[in-house]
Amino acid sequence: MANTATTTDDAKPKAPAAPLSAMAIMAPALGWLVPGAGHLVQKRWIRGLLLMVSILSMFSIGVAMEGKIYLPNTGDLLDILGFVGDIGNGGLYFLGRAMEWGGQAITSATSGYGTIYIVGAGLLNIITMVDAYHIARGRKA
Amino acid sequence: MMLATMMMQTSHLQVSHFTAALTYAFFASVVFGITFRSAPRAMVRYGAYCFAWFMGGLFVAAWVMWLLHR
Repeated sequence: MANTATTTDDAKPKAPAAPLSAMAIMAPALGWLVPGAGHLVQKRWIRGLLLMVSILSMFSIGVAMEGKIYLPNTGDLLDILGFVGDIGNGGLYFLGRAMEWGGQAITSATSGYGTIYIVGAGLLNIITMVDAYHIARGRKA
Repeated sequence: MMLATMMMQTSHLQVSHFTAALTYAFFASVVFGITFRSAPRAMVRYGAYCFAWFMGGLFVAAWVMWLLHR
């Protein structure tokens, strides 16, 4: 019984992480700017393309449904969280703002779905950035 | 982006709640599968698993809302 009690997290074997390299910084940054690019730059071609297609499609469908692209704000909590999700789209967010894509307000159920698509795409892109970082550090194949 | 531009030029995309949820579940499952697993086979299996949960949750939520509405 005493032996099981002493088994802690630090006793578990962990995958050795590679030292922090330029790739570990560049891959997530590229992945933020262009979804999937963090994987492509590390020669994970199929994964990168699938991620790119998925996130680009979600963002495009969201825009096509006239989803709202949130501006930086300090108002309602949901609006702030919406902006945090949207900014995860990186380059797509700035492109959308520059081209004035999307609706100004959520006026219908469809534009509500579109808004969720755009926020969802941003949040998924953040996950892909973390994944690209883990690959660069050697924690994932 | 071409897709978005084409759609914006015509009219804004109208889809049902089910189609929107189905499409969302598909793309989210692809990303979850790739990012949460390491081996290709495990990625496919986990993606399918996530998609099944999304769909299951969708149907459960739909029936719950239908019952609440009655």
